[in-house]
Amino acid sequence: MTGQSDGVEKRCFRVSAADNVATMLEDVATGPVRVCGEASSDLIWLREPIALGHKVALTAIPKGELIVKYGVPIGVSTTSIQAGDWVHLHNCHSRVDERSSGFDPRSGAAKDTAYA
Amino acid sequence: MPELTWQGYLRKDGRKGIRNLILIVYTVECASFVAHGIGQSEDDVHVIGFPGCYDNAYAIRMMIALITHPNVGACLAVGLGCEYTQPAKLAEAATASGRPADWFYIQQEGGTRLGVSRGKSALQSLREQMAKDSMRVPMSWADLTVGAECGGSDGTSGLSGNPVVGRFFDHLVDKGGTAVFEEVVEMIGLQDVLHSRAANEAVAKELDETYRKAEAYCKAVRQYSVSPGNFAGGLTTIEEKSMGAFAKSGSRAIQGVLRVSQQAPAPGLWLLDSVPDDHFMQFGYTNPNDTEGIMDLISVGAQIVLFVTGRGSVIGSPVAPLIKVTGNSTTFERMREDMDFNAGKVLSGEMTLDQSALNLLALVGEVASGVPSKPEALGHREYFLMYKHQETPSLAAGCHA
Repeated sequence: MTGQSDGVEKRCFRVSAADNVATMLEDVATGPVRVCGEASSDLIWLREPIALGHKVALTAIPKGELIVKYGVPIGVSTTSIQAGDWVHLHNCHSRVDERSSGFDPRSGAAKDTAYA
Repeated sequence: MPELTWQGYLRKDGRKGIRNLILIVYTVECASFVAHGIGQSEDDVHVIGFPGCYDNAYAIRMMIALITHPNVGACLAVGLGCEYTQPAKLAEAATASGRPADWFYIQQEGGTRLGVSRGKSALQSLREQMAKDSMRVPMSWADLTVGAECGGSDGTSGLSGNPVVGRFFDHLVDKGGTAVFEEVVEMIGLQDVLHSRAANEAVAKELDETYRKAEAYCKAVRQYSVSPGNFAGGLTTIEEKSMGAFAKSGSRAIQGVLRVSQQAPAPGLWLLDSVPDDHFMQFGYTNPNDTEGIMDLISVGAQIVLFVTGRGSVIGSPVAPLIKVTGNSTTFERMREDMDFNAGKVLSGEMTLDQSALNLLALVGEVASGVPSKPEALGHREYFLMYKHQETPSLAAGCHA
């Protein structure tokens, strides 16, 4: 799977050619990552650490644009996103779930439920 | 390659099981301690029941569906003595299906110790009758119903775990078997995708209605089927989780929608709808936890259930063995004793989706042949049943036999 001439071995996976995000196949701190799946010759330069299973933006995504994965919209950007940014709860909101922004992006813990 | 066959258990109602279990059923929470006491240190005895004192049509249908499940050969119903649900009626349903059964009230037996001892002697005679009645028959894929559900999903579930199960489902359906997937509330955002998979126009209409009910339900309760663990694992929205979850349905045409406790009227791929129907009390939560979904799949007759979990899970199930699949190699390594199958090799490039699906097929064949799955061997029997309302045809309506 690896061994391309540029020596980049860290990988992420783009499911559909229409996708503007890819899923990390391993934890990566920063730096170049090979995009497997659709459009598999591309490299993306990570601007921040992104964990296995999390998503990286493959293009610049202005605020209010659709985030597309599997070829379908999975949410809307809530800030301006740059290529190589981590895409998650802090910059992407569901189009149906109103609680969507009420969770911590790292732990996933709900921030909108009172415990006192 | 010759088709795999194994020795199963033929029930008098014509159903074929891959295990030969006695099911103890408690009819109220107050009877659950004694029920578990009876089952303690007994091989091939599982315990299920209903905690509520007031009876509920949905729960009673579920208990009868489990009592008459193909993997179950006999039933012992245990009541306290003042609840609405009647253990005698449950035993009667078992007897009517050709399964030996017994029942008693703990109040009449004289309490905890006497109740447990009455139950233990009932088990002894049920075992003797089962041994006398036992009929072993060859079984093959066409006799098998397999359910699939995912829980503890992460960003790998939609890329490896669920697609491998989907490919396995394609094989099972092509071999004449029955495949059931569920979690309609994890199809939010996918109405068109779901519609396009219908076997015919009538089914498409049924799928549309099922989808609309689920969407309205989620809106009404302000809760979508996405959890803190999903977020931590990289899933951002319910729409993203939905696409990943739907991958476990594979690619074959959907034959129709089943309700909880209803058997598939024909082989092929079926969608199970566990979302509560409208009711003046609006009671019943859909997917309150993973175990409920697994019990729903078992209630439609699944002899084996596949559970896809990216983050890892330590649950099992009574009545039908649970096979735990993960698409995350790190999870597989960390929780080796609990995970049955690593689909993560697809992501690392060590294996294609097709190879992985064939390996899963081989594993399901082994478990069907009698090899215990990991949660089964560890003794996991998690179980959950709560009040819910669903308008469902009578149990007899959907019977294979």
